[in-house]
Amino acid sequence: MTPPQVPDAEATLVALAERMRGAVAYDAAFVGIYSGGAWLAERLPALVPGDHPVGFIDVSFYRDDYSTTGLKGGSRRTSLPFDVDGATIVLVDDVLFTGRSVRAAINELFDFGRPARIELAVLIDRGGRELPIEPTYCGARLTVARDLSIVLSRDGDRLALGVEGQ
Amino acid sequence: MRSPQLNEEGALTHLLTLEGLPADVIRSILDTADPFVSIAEREVKKVPLLRGKAVFNLFFENSTRTRTTFEIAAKRLSADVINLNIGASSTSKGETLLDTIDNLVAMDADIFVVRHSQSGAPHLIAQHLNAHRRRHVHVVNAGDGRHQHPTQGLLDLYTIRHYKKAFHDLTVSIVGDVLHSRVARSLIHGLTTLGTPEVRVIGPKTLLPAHVEALGVRVFHDMRDGLRGCDAVVMLRLQSERMKGALLPSAGEYFKNYGLTQEKLALAKPDAIVMHPGPMNRGVEIDSAVADSDRAVILPQVTFGIAVRMAVMSMIASA
Amino acid sequence: MNIEIANGRLIDPANGMDREASLYIAAGNVAGVGAAPAGWRPDRVVDARGLVVVPGLVDLSARLREPGLEYKATLESEMAAAIAGGVTSLACPPDTDPPLDEPGLVEMLKHRARSLNQAHVYPIGAMTVGLAGGALTEMGELREAGCVAFSQADVALADTELLWRAMQYASTFGFRLWLRPNDPHIGRGGVAHDGEVATRLGLPGIPEAAETIALGTIISLVRETGVRAHLCRLSCAESVAIIRAAKREGLPVTCDVAVHHLHLSDVDIGWFASDARLVPPLRTTRDRAALRAGLADGTIDVVCSDHAPVDDDGKQVPFGEAEPGATGLELLLPLTLKWASEDGIALPAALAKITSEPAKLIGEGAGDLAVGSVADVCVLDPSAWWKVERGALRSQGKNTPFLNLEVPGRIRYTLVAGQIVHEN
Repeated sequence: MTPPQVPDAEATLVALAERMRGAVAYDAAFVGIYSGGAWLAERLPALVPGDHPVGFIDVSFYRDDYSTTGLKGGSRRTSLPFDVDGATIVLVDDVLFTGRSVRAAINELFDFGRPARIELAVLIDRGGRELPIEPTYCGARLTVARDLSIVLSRDGDRLALGVEGQ
Repeated sequence: MRSPQLNEEGALTHLLTLEGLPADVIRSILDTADPFVSIAEREVKKVPLLRGKAVFNLFFENSTRTRTTFEIAAKRLSADVINLNIGASSTSKGETLLDTIDNLVAMDADIFVVRHSQSGAPHLIAQHLNAHRRRHVHVVNAGDGRHQHPTQGLLDLYTIRHYKKAFHDLTVSIVGDVLHSRVARSLIHGLTTLGTPEVRVIGPKTLLPAHVEALGVRVFHDMRDGLRGCDAVVMLRLQSERMKGALLPSAGEYFKNYGLTQEKLALAKPDAIVMHPGPMNRGVEIDSAVADSDRAVILPQVTFGIAVRMAVMSMIASA
Repeated sequence: MNIEIANGRLIDPANGMDREASLYIAAGNVAGVGAAPAGWRPDRVVDARGLVVVPGLVDLSARLREPGLEYKATLESEMAAAIAGGVTSLACPPDTDPPLDEPGLVEMLKHRARSLNQAHVYPIGAMTVGLAGGALTEMGELREAGCVAFSQADVALADTELLWRAMQYASTFGFRLWLRPNDPHIGRGGVAHDGEVATRLGLPGIPEAAETIALGTIISLVRETGVRAHLCRLSCAESVAIIRAAKREGLPVTCDVAVHHLHLSDVDIGWFASDARLVPPLRTTRDRAALRAGLADGTIDVVCSDHAPVDDDGKQVPFGEAEPGATGLELLLPLTLKWASEDGIALPAALAKITSEPAKLIGEGAGDLAVGSVADVCVLDPSAWWKVERGALRSQGKNTPFLNLEVPGRIRYTLVAGQIVHEN
């Protein structure tokens, strides 16, 4: 059986940025969900004109599967170097699947303050939603078997997409 | 004998003592505490990790400080906290320790934070819970007799790691009543497990336990010799009872020989930090000039203490 | 009833016997050894092939908890435990409630024990009234009531003047004093041996000096008064050395060791196991080795069980609050055999430590199988191992550090005064 075709990450990022250009608020903050979303959030200000502060969010403490998977160590700290109250925030994630990470990120943002507006930008939407969450901006759609994972990796400056779990 | 604080999968299910805890488990607790430190800087200082869980503070020995830090830590994890000052109540009515525990388990306790005047009391509780297959109930030792105060040991390790980065080339000097100190025993085990090459204890013979070298420490009776070239000074509290039991003649003589002054501190490395588990007896263990100087990291210890306790409770609750 | 115990390995240390022979019993006494008396016919024959036949064991310290401490154990349960352990004579310490300081109490105890028709009970009388270390008891009256010696049990004596006077008084009449050397001040509040284990576990310690200082005092006073002193429950290497020197000097001292201290050390406290809370405390492996060597070379005369049943409530508490003591009547033989086989001690020499030697201290003609002696007999299988479990113990006290371990030596038959009182 041939492996599923995965789009080129760099090209997809350009496509995503294209969709955001002109639609996203001039001063919207880009907040990336670790780790893939964080890499994307770092790249976006160069591709999307405007004054976009960049932040990062670690959703480990807000996940709903905490009691079964436990705390995974690692000290990635949530960092939001702007005032969350009244802000327009674009949450950035690499792969949108069940929607649970995004739910956790939204809950965490509200613990920091009261944003005016939250939008969602994802590189890949693979379907399989378990919560009513949809991306505002999407790079590409891709369907793979449920037991496989779509993974974004970074080598130096270059981003790449792959499929794991075969 | 497998330590009763690790479950069959080798995960930490109770925190009873730092003895016998593998180095990688200690390190993962310190690593887990890192992100919790920054939560204190947020507007909303809470994460939902232990939401719906009940933490029972069982203090058979009074301590407002320790109890409060555990309460703050549990509440920042969104847990429900119940405080029980058992000291005077149930046990004086004749209820045994284990009966008290069984009653509280029936009230759906998830975590017991226990402080007791008898060494080994938290072990007894954990063994009882393990024997009755109550896998979902966890015990944190908040200080048992003179045996261990593992969360204090961990926050002391966290503090040292924060300022000194690594343990493998450090000299740490612990000064004072090691004989009666659970804080010292925990710290000594933690430091030696993490590979600290020289751990020193400094005090008069009356305040050092028998065969203390067997714990892996170097003994000094002269404080100046013991402080020379060290990277961290940990001052232990001296309790006033010690003056009554023929262990020491007076606080004044103690301070002269074993109190930390700027003059003695000058013998340590210029960037050596000064730590104290609190509460401090100014003029007995430590003089005010040192306590208030920027070498003293006593207040950061408190902040780190909350983060470490958050880390411990969230790790054991997920075991 | 005429009983023949046939073809066992008959070991009688008091009479230097160790050979395959049958034992013949009539009217409660030993009627023949090796050959039946003329005209004697058996009413019952016990097949002892492959088994060892010895005098009933003599235990110098077994707490029966009566009078007064019946919630821990009763005479019925503990006497049953004794004969299940092959013990046919036992001495019980005076620390009952009230203490055995009055002839009436002693008589009542003896009467109660006799009515059960099991082991012979030899009460040890209190040396001072109420064991309080103040006034001397009426030792003469207590002797008449049946006390074989006088003791302070575990109550340390602070007043050395009183100790000296008690020794003078006792030696006037030839009474024996059984004393556990224990200084009342050093190590007070301690719960474990003051060594590496106590340091690590944060347990208040009892230094060796608590025993050796008191022992030195006792030896000096024995030298002055000439009283016959039996030192109870040695726990330190240094104590063994002191006794060795005292015996070489010719002083009238004997001593015993509790069987648990031959096998365990402070390391066995593990994670605060309350069953390992004993008095005297378990000391280091070095002390244990010295106790074993002292027993082998005769410095230590006797092994006893120091039987102390404690109810579960007394043990299921933190170590420092637990009641000290271990149940031991049923483990005296197995643990003695274990020591013997581990250290290469011949069976007769080992068995002497729990038969003929302790019998000398009781002085009432127990502990041997010569023709004419009372037929207190124990028939045992030294190679049958069994697991120490709560259900396997007759004693009401299930408090033993040997729980779930296997030990060698099963009692098959116990006879008291020529009657089979226990069969297994």
